[in-house]
Amino acid sequence: MKQHFDAIVVGAGPAGCACGLTLAKSGLSTLIVERGKFAGAKNMWGGVFYGPLFHQLFPDFWEEAPVERYILHHRISFLTADAALSADFFSSKFGRKPYNSFSLLRAKFDRWFADKAQQAGAIVASGLQADDLLWDGSRIVGIKAGGDELPANVVVACDGVNSILAEKAGLRKRLLPQDMKQGVKEVIQIPRQMLEQRFNLSGDEGVAWEFIGSFTKGIPGGAFIYTNKDSLSIGIVVQLSALIKNKIEANDLLEEFKEHPEVARYLSEGELVEYSAHLIPTSGRAKMPELFADGFLVAGDAAAFCLVTGLNLEGSNLAMASGMAAAEAVIQAKKKEDFSKKSLSSYSHFLKQSLVLKDLETFRKAPKFLENPRIYNVYPGLACDMAEKIFTNDGRPKKKIWKQLKRSMKGNVSLLQIASDLYNIKKAL
Amino acid sequence: MNPKKIEDKLAVNKFDVDQEVHIRIKEDICCQCKELDCLYACPAGCFTVFEDHITFSFEGCLECGSCRIVCEKEAIDWTLPRAGFGICYLYG
Repeated sequence: MKQHFDAIVVGAGPAGCACGLTLAKSGLSTLIVERGKFAGAKNMWGGVFYGPLFHQLFPDFWEEAPVERYILHHRISFLTADAALSADFFSSKFGRKPYNSFSLLRAKFDRWFADKAQQAGAIVASGLQADDLLWDGSRIVGIKAGGDELPANVVVACDGVNSILAEKAGLRKRLLPQDMKQGVKEVIQIPRQMLEQRFNLSGDEGVAWEFIGSFTKGIPGGAFIYTNKDSLSIGIVVQLSALIKNKIEANDLLEEFKEHPEVARYLSEGELVEYSAHLIPTSGRAKMPELFADGFLVAGDAAAFCLVTGLNLEGSNLAMASGMAAAEAVIQAKKKEDFSKKSLSSYSHFLKQSLVLKDLETFRKAPKFLENPRIYNVYPGLACDMAEKIFTNDGRPKKKIWKQLKRSMKGNVSLLQIASDLYNIKKAL
Repeated sequence: MNPKKIEDKLAVNKFDVDQEVHIRIKEDICCQCKELDCLYACPAGCFTVFEDHITFSFEGCLECGSCRIVCEKEAIDWTLPRAGFGICYLYG
């Protein structure tokens, strides 16, 4: 007799681990299936991990979990071909426990997270692929994996942005290039001392640095650098539909970004140790699939939970929150022994409680707004141009700033466009 | 000096390459394709034009799914490598 699980969670990423862990802690029999050799083997990201929520789950997790550095500085830069205008936000609050956020590497962290789920009582089966769903009429009653049929009351699909299971369950339409950003990243190893010297860091302090500007050639997106212990995560995130429309490869944009004089000096003498790529579902609430069916829930990237706020993209944190919300819905369904769609619909309620849906609703207009090409190819240039004029002293008489601004704007952007963009910022962000 | 070309970058990654091909292209459709979107969408440079037809090599695939999404002609028979095979990130 094969074991019948209360829940099978597919995918041991941040959503799946958070879900499996929550289920196991409540005493539900839980199987987490992971197609990678180990949890995290298929995962990459460019992001910061928020501390306070996770601190509730694992008090003082930073003592034990493989986090890299706590983020003390958030920096944003506008780049033109040969100039940069930057803002650095530092708060000593960010340096106090429970730290606001961390840099971390998915392959290391997710493996640890999956171990935690296992310690809580979940079975983690790595190197096992969920090939298909098991059906009983219109109800989903488990998965097919590795030639076996594995029955369960509920299947939670945390199988990532390309979710095969959400598609097989009929909950999601074909994904479109305009709904996706492509992230391409390198991990560049730099001796710890050299890295800390370059970024002016001591101990475990870290920097999260975002960039927008001319290096994406007008393609909506940007770049990032995050400091790890003895490496940098450096990458770009660009709209997939615009890459193919403009016949540009993401790697070429990444190379252009890395060669920018403000960027290159942080990378010199570093050694490439990994090159990775991933898709990010960035259309926000508009392109979310249906989230539940009979015996089935979708969480994390599979549900297109990605918060687009303009300054950053937030996926992993939402993935964890949604995984936990899905677990709560399954726990409640288990109490009633009712795993129907209606019973599992409490997932919506738990998502709202965990702010996932609220935040997506708040920023629902941001993805559309951020398609505006002026954000990438006009404003960064304008800002750098103005700064250059203000700071340059070439012996000639200075002009009023307003006059200089108007000259810089000429042929690039009109006052009316600026007014309209400002109005849209107010609406979208 | 760090590599700039995709193929050289992929060489630092850990792959467990399967004997089985997990992505196939429908050559009858691809040989007439003018858009060649897959060429620009694939971050691993798996698609190349060879004597005016597209060839695909699955070994360096990063399993991102971009090619499947951009191909409007649905000429890419896309699956994931068998469990345990394919890219194995050590950093991520």
